[in-house]
Amino acid sequence: MPESVIAIGDALPYLLEGSLVTLIVVVGAMVLGLVLGVPLAAAQVYGPPVLRRLIGLYVWFFRGIPLLVFLFLFYFGLCTALDVNLSAFTVAIIVLGLISSAYQSQIFRGAILSLPEGQFKAARALGMSDLKAICFIVLPQALRLSIPGWSNEYSIILKDSAVTYALGVAEIMARAHFVATRTYQQLPLYLAAGVIFLILTYAGTKGLRLLEEKVRIPGYSPQGF
Amino acid sequence: MEEWLYIQTEVYPALMKGFWVSLQLILPSSILGLFIGIMIGVLRVYGSRPAMAAANTYVALFRGVPLVVQLFIWYFGLPYIKIYLSPFIAAVLGFSLCSGAYHSEYVRGALLSIRRGQMLAAQSLGFTKVQMIFSIILPQAIRRALPGCGNEIIYLIKYSSLAYMITCIELTGQGKILASNSFKYTEIFLIIGACYLAMTSVASLVLNRVEDRLRLPGFEHHRI
Repeated sequence: MPESVIAIGDALPYLLEGSLVTLIVVVGAMVLGLVLGVPLAAAQVYGPPVLRRLIGLYVWFFRGIPLLVFLFLFYFGLCTALDVNLSAFTVAIIVLGLISSAYQSQIFRGAILSLPEGQFKAARALGMSDLKAICFIVLPQALRLSIPGWSNEYSIILKDSAVTYALGVAEIMARAHFVATRTYQQLPLYLAAGVIFLILTYAGTKGLRLLEEKVRIPGYSPQGF
Repeated sequence: MEEWLYIQTEVYPALMKGFWVSLQLILPSSILGLFIGIMIGVLRVYGSRPAMAAANTYVALFRGVPLVVQLFIWYFGLPYIKIYLSPFIAAVLGFSLCSGAYHSEYVRGALLSIRRGQMLAAQSLGFTKVQMIFSIILPQAIRRALPGCGNEIIYLIKYSSLAYMITCIELTGQGKILASNSFKYTEIFLIIGACYLAMTSVASLVLNRVEDRLRLPGFEHHRI
């Protein structure tokens, strides 16, 4: 099957360019998810009951509907209805980010709840305001604890990003499909795309594990032993 | 009034049809996936060395590659080596194999969490290894794996929408067709979203119920 090898070789630079697009989408979505997820988590733990309910509703909504439906809803539906002109690329980042914010908020919430309650109380006793206690005492510990969950989330978003192909975002999958239909080398090209995703998953989770080591405070665990 | 007529004559029948196709995708895939997951999970814990290695490779591959890519390989890729699958079969195959890999992680974790004493007791009662696994260890382990596996089934419900991308017209596909005909994208996809929300919510209720029903008094998770 040398033909298939040639096809993969020819397409490789093009596919690798696509993995850059994939990575930008994934990083963008994760950052958006982080920025929205942290306040959501803090509010769900420390906020008033009404707010907690609302956030619960938000999480239920974004976790209960498939990504593909959200992509169509935002790209074809809301963008036209509200008359805003967003590229498929931007919509992909926004939708993946919103969904991820729901998942990430639950990761952070779990981490916050796993801290001993004394940490927050001690901070309040030292005269910190609620906000200060959350920002300077609770979150620095909780975020460190959430890195394992976060690396899971990375591999989920990375794989979900392949769905954005449905909108025509030029990521790995879209490019593989494009080359495959032109050269009739479907199987080799999809396998190549699969391998690229495998490598990205592996590299990302490895990197996050290194980050976890790096930010660990030596000799300190929040549980106190 | 016109809107209502449109909903009654066009939207409702199409969505019902799509909903049934979705169910036909989800039910066999979740059952098959669970079955594959249990078998692979058992192999990964109790299998011989080569079987263990093979099972681990399977899980690493199927968890590392996006489901869309897998579906494309099954549907668009296999004809390359002269294997032709219908969209429906390709979707069920893809969903089962992928969710089987995820299920096996939960099953493996649960198997490892069963205390050694259970195994030793079974062995001292003269059980063979297979008997021990299937009548002593698994019944306990599956109960522990259930919360994780339930989550996986809910994921599967949502991922069933990807069948649309390999031309298996289910709920999302029907919605896409309706929406492109009527240009009512927002309304139709909100309705589709509500359908999926209903499905996932009902599924999680049912799964919780099952978990409660299967709970054995005295064998709860946090036993010392």
